[in-house]
Order: sequence, then structure tokens, then C-alpha cells
Amino acid sequence: MFETLDAVLLARMQFAFTVSFHFIFPSFSIGLASYLAVLEALWLRTGRALYLDLFRYWLKIFAVAFAMGVVSGIVMSYQFGTNWSEFSTKAGPVIGPLMAYEVLTAFFLEAGFLGVMLFGMSKVGKKLHFAATCMVALGTFISAFWILSVNSWMQTPTGFIMDEAGRFLPGDSWWTIVFNPSFPYRLVHTVIAAYLTTSLVVGAVGAWHLLRDRSDAHARKMFSMAMWMAALVAPVQIFAGDMHGLNTLEHQPVKIMAMEGHYQSHPDGAPLILFGIPNSAEKRVDYAIEIPKASSLILKHDLNAPLAGLDTVPDALEPPVPIVFWSFRIMVGLGFAMLGLGLWSLVARARKRLYDWPWLHRAAIVMGPSGFVAVIAGWVTTEVGRQPYTVYGHLLTAQSHSPLGAPAVAVSLIAFVLVYCAVFGAGIWYMLHLMRSPPRPGEAEPAHEPVRTAGITPAPAFNAPGAEDGR
Amino acid sequence: MTIDLTTIWAFIIAFAVFMYVVMDGFDLGIGILFPRFSVGQERDQAMNSIAPVWDGNETWLVLGGGGLFAAFPLAYGLILTATYPLAIAMLLGLVFRGVAFEFRWRDPGHRPVWDAAFTLGSLVAALSQGMMLGAILQGIRVEDQAYAGGWLDWLTPFSLLTGFGVVIGYALLGATWLVWKLEGEAQARARRIAMITGIGTLAAIAAVSAVTPYLQYDYWSRWFEMPGLLATALVPIFTATIAFLLFRSLRKGGERAPFLLTLALFALCFAGLGISMFPYIVPDSISIWDAAAPEKSQIFMLVGVAIIMPVILAYTAWAYWVFRGKVGTHGYH
Repeated sequence: MFETLDAVLLARMQFAFTVSFHFIFPSFSIGLASYLAVLEALWLRTGRALYLDLFRYWLKIFAVAFAMGVVSGIVMSYQFGTNWSEFSTKAGPVIGPLMAYEVLTAFFLEAGFLGVMLFGMSKVGKKLHFAATCMVALGTFISAFWILSVNSWMQTPTGFIMDEAGRFLPGDSWWTIVFNPSFPYRLVHTVIAAYLTTSLVVGAVGAWHLLRDRSDAHARKMFSMAMWMAALVAPVQIFAGDMHGLNTLEHQPVKIMAMEGHYQSHPDGAPLILFGIPNSAEKRVDYAIEIPKASSLILKHDLNAPLAGLDTVPDALEPPVPIVFWSFRIMVGLGFAMLGLGLWSLVARARKRLYDWPWLHRAAIVMGPSGFVAVIAGWVTTEVGRQPYTVYGHLLTAQSHSPLGAPAVAVSLIAFVLVYCAVFGAGIWYMLHLMRSPPRPGEAEPAHEPVRTAGITPAPAFNAPGAEDGR
Repeated sequence: MTIDLTTIWAFIIAFAVFMYVVMDGFDLGIGILFPRFSVGQERDQAMNSIAPVWDGNETWLVLGGGGLFAAFPLAYGLILTATYPLAIAMLLGLVFRGVAFEFRWRDPGHRPVWDAAFTLGSLVAALSQGMMLGAILQGIRVEDQAYAGGWLDWLTPFSLLTGFGVVIGYALLGATWLVWKLEGEAQARARRIAMITGIGTLAAIAAVSAVTPYLQYDYWSRWFEMPGLLATALVPIFTATIAFLLFRSLRKGGERAPFLLTLALFALCFAGLGISMFPYIVPDSISIWDAAAPEKSQIFMLVGVAIIMPVILAYTAWAYWVFRGKVGTHGYH
């Protein structure tokens, strides 16, 4: 028994580690792919070399991030089978097809056009190259669509029937499975998070170079674009997050109880606990700083609305409260900090000091990695909050894992930790290294563009003498 | 054999796996052969010949795995649990191999390190894949629809043989791809390597073919009893013919033909494996019908495959077309 328990915990640690590390890259590349498409579109429309320089600058960074996203993603697609074979056998008939659609409609699209996007500008010409960039950006979005549908189905499963062997089988309509109740909210919240994460990185890089040279036209352009994005999208994200929370209250109320730290039920208005130390043994939040009745106001739009607490749930079916409580507060706190940065940039813009306010630039640099932290904290909240289930309400995590011994999982977990820290650590360092030097006029293409083939390639107008931008 | 949805899905998965084997096969083969090429232009060109396409090639692995998950969930869980250490090793190998494409350019100071990661990652991935094949062929212990063996059951002389076979087979694919894409001294080197790995591949095919019928009675009856023998006898005859053509083409300076003939060789091996295994997905314990997802799941995905697969093949072909021709600085057309 101890052996089994250990193996499950190790498998969970392994999944949490690999998926958290993986998601850093797509949460950046989803946003960056769209940003690249916007930059290339602006270049094609205005003909200004500045946009092409920025495009090529970020393209090099994108290539590194994308490669890491791909290899860490393949690990995810196999981990269901290696470590969660019981889950795969039981839930495979429902979520397997959605993941197959992700491969067919998204992964091939991204991979097929990535080569042209990275190395093909001189071979296919501007227009077709722009089309390839758009395809890659579209692929990242379609990928998010399917995988978030899968995740949302695990949170709010609908549209299935269960056979006598405990297998989930598709019901009458795939629509009900794909568009399960939490999916639209999760999709919007996650995709906006990716855009926000990317804009904060771009903003931080712009700010970094503005601190060195205020007149740097490239740095100004990207800082301004990023701050528009932050100012406009951060409030939208807070609103979307609130909607997502209300949806969770409807379908997964226990998760909300854990997020709020409500160990006890509150029949006449629940307080909003801002900070405190959840004490699961005593079932209370120690040193709590709370606003009376505010939680009922937010969740039920009524000061005196009753809210049930974890006392209504058997202990064995509670998620680990302290993790969910804290990760939720980290996410929300950072979300409001992003809103603050966005508003500050609007003030700076109004006072014409956007490029000339070092403290704003320093703040933007500090906030650069905040998107990643918020995204991971958000995923921790929703995934740990789903425990002790893999398929919420139907399949326990303890019944989902592969029949593997603890030593096998322990060894693989150690291997993943060592390899990921070394390899992706190096990759992240390379990305920071690329960001350290500013974009320059005549920014080069990715250094390893395959040498041109012989003269059979039609020479695109792009290379013609006198074309406005050239290189 | 009746054609039903499950059989169609078995062929789709087989197709995805075959596409993966030949497409990432030459990528991994180039990784395995990397140390044979000199530092500098030769290595850069070898790498550049696959840089724009490796990601697409590797996607077939995700389709094979994802398709297996969706169409045959039981087999997906069983095989990956039974070969757990191999699966993890393959994934980690692919991590090193994949990032090396970018990292070696980003950090010239440590390029030898990333080149070594490229080679070792490719080697480990290929060896793991080959040993997974051997582990499946020799049978997996299943009780009550769950894996019931230990975590090192896959390690046998036979799986080592298939592992070695796949490594050398991938090396042959990589070498013949480079014969097509390189010129001059580098191409001549690739040609010599193709000769050696070609002999190695044939030896591995012969050894695996000789041992397989003795693994389980079923394999013997599939291959050597009439009337099936009339059909199965064609496989070795075709294999010998293709091998002959391959070596002749390598000697006579063929540019494209060696690669295409190697593809044909792999297709024949694949057909042979199909004869050995069908209709089992885990030989002798789980048939494709045992492992199949319900009809609704199969139909839902089949619609997607029927519509999207032709599009995928079209733009993949286009991507290859864009980067056609020799990698080098001057052409041969």
C-alpha cells in the first residue's frame, strides 16, 4: 500500500513538473506568434524597415522558445500512457480524439509552416512568407483550443456515458464534450494570459533598452506596443478571470472553497480572506486579514448570500487547501500589478513621458517574468483544485495511474528534473542573451538559414534591387 | 479479414508510425552519423538539410502516439507502461536532439557540446524505439487488461538486436538523404557510409527475420504455412531485389535513388512486421478489437483524418519543395 501511494505521488510530481516547465514555452509562443504576425503585417503595409527589424529580432527568440515547446510537448503527449495508463484506458475514448484533432489541425500546421517562417523568406517571397507566419500563429491558437477543451472536460466532464468497466464513452454529441461548461471561460482566460505574458516580456525588453538609450527607435516601438497591450488587456483579463471563477463556483464549488480558504460554511455572508495561513489540521485560516461579507458579494453579488464551506465536504474529497489558497493569491496579486503597470503607462503616455520615465521602465523590467509566474500559479490553482480527481467527480487520481513501481517513477522524475533544468536552463539563458542586445537596423535573419539552393528558385521581388527594405 | 472501422484505424496508425519512422528516421540517422562529418561546413550543411523539416517529421510521432491513445487506448497504456524506461529514454533523447538544432547556433562557444547532445540524443531515441519494437514483438505480459510484468522485462537479447537494427537502419536513411542533399567530398563520405550501413541494415533485417518465427508459434504459422507462404515469400524476394538495386545505385553514383530505395526497404520491413503482428497490437494477448475505442470515437476521428490528412500531406510536400535541391552553395541542376 505504501509502495502504491508513493508511486502515485511521484507520478503526480513528475506530471506537475513536466507540464509546468512545458507550459512556460507555449504561454510565450502563443502570444509571440501573433505578435510576429502583427509585426510582419505592419511591415508589409507600411514598408518601414523598423518593423522588419523587430520581426527578425523576435523571430530568433521565437525559434528557441518554440523548439523547447515542441520537445517538452512530446513528453506530455506520451506521459498519459507511461504514467497514467488507467486514466488513458478509461478516458481515452473521450479525450483521445480531441488530442488527435489537436495533432491533425494544430501541430502539423505549426510544424509544416515553421520551416518556411524561419528560413524561407528569400525562397517564397514576402506574401507567402506572411501567410506562413499567420499559419504558425493560427496553429498555436488551434492547439490551445483542443488541449484546453481536454483539460476543461477533465474539470467539468459532460456528454459521456460510463460503461460497466468504468470507461468513459462518448454520448450522443461531441459538441457537448468539446464545449463542456468550463471550456469557453478557460480558453478565453488562458489565451489572454498568453498575450499578456508575451506583452510583458516584450515590454521588459523594450524598457531594458530604453534605460540604456531613450532615443532607440526599436525599443520605443516595442515598449509602446507592449504597454498598449498591457493597458488594454489586463482589465479584460481580470474580468475574464472573474467570470471563470463564477463558472467554477457553479461546477466545482469545492475548488472555490479551497481558493477562498472557507473551511467553515457562512450562512449569512462569507468574508473575503485577503491573507492568512490556512491550517488544514484545525480547519481554519490563522492570522486572517479579511473583509466581512465581501466574498459573498463577489461570488453571489449579495452581501448576505450564504456560502457553503469545506465542512460540507468529506475530508478525503478535499483538495490540498494551502496550495490552492496561495497559488490563487499569487495569480490575482500579479494580475492587479499588471493592471497597475498598464495604467501607469497610460498616465505616462498622457504626460508624454512614456519613453522618458526610468521608474516606469524599471517597473516594466521587474514585471517582465510576472506573466509566467501568474500563468503557472493559475494552473496550479485549477489543477490542484481538481484533486482528488483526474476526471472531476468521476475518476480518482489514485485510480488513474500506471501499475509502475515507485523506483521506476522516482528514477524518471530525477532524470526529467536534471535534463529539464540543464537543457531548458541553457535555452532560457540563450533567449535572455538574445534579448540583451537591442534590435538593430538591418537585423539579420536567423543565423542558420540554409544556404540558398541553386538558381532554380524564382527570385522574389523582395530581393530585387531597390526594394524598400532589403536587408 | 474483414474491413471494419477498427481495421481501418489499425492501418491509419500503421501509416502514421511508418511516416514517422522514415521521416524522423533520416533526421535521427543524420544525428547518429554526425561525428563522421567534419566540424564546420560539412556538419552545418548536414544540419541545415533537415533544419526546416525536422519539426514536421517529429509531429508524426505525436500523431502515432496520439492516434494510438485515441483509437486503441488500452494498447497505448499497456505498451508505454511495459516499456516505461525505454519510453522515457526516447523522450529525453528527443529533447536533447530537438534543442540542439537551435542551441548550436546560439552558442558557438559550446557548439561541440550541443553537437554531442545531437548525436547522443538521436542515438538514444533510435535505440529506444528499436528496443520498444523488440519488446512488443516478443510479447508483453498482460493480466486482466493491465500490464503484469516487471519494469525491466523488455530487456532481452532480442530487443537489443532490434534496437541495433533500427539504429543502423536510421543511419542508412540519414546517409542516403545526405547523398541526395550534399555534394563533393561530403557527399562521397555519405556514400561510403551508406554502403557500410546498408550492409549492416541487411544483416540486421536477416537476423531479426531469422529469430522472430521462433519467438512464438504464431509467427511461424503466419509466415511458413500454405497458402500464406505464397504471399509472404514475396517479402524476402522483394527485399533482396531492392537491396541489389540500392547497392548498384550507390556504386553508380545515384543521387536520389539510394534514398528512395531505402524507403522501399523500410516499407518492406514494415509490411513484414504487419504480417507478423496483424491483427494483434500486443502480440498474442491484445488484438486490435480488444484495444479499440468505441465506434463513435473512431468515426469522429475518421472524419477528421479523411478531411485533414490530404491537406497535411499537401503542405508538408510544399515545405519540402520550398527547400528542395542541394544544401550547398552551388547547385547541380
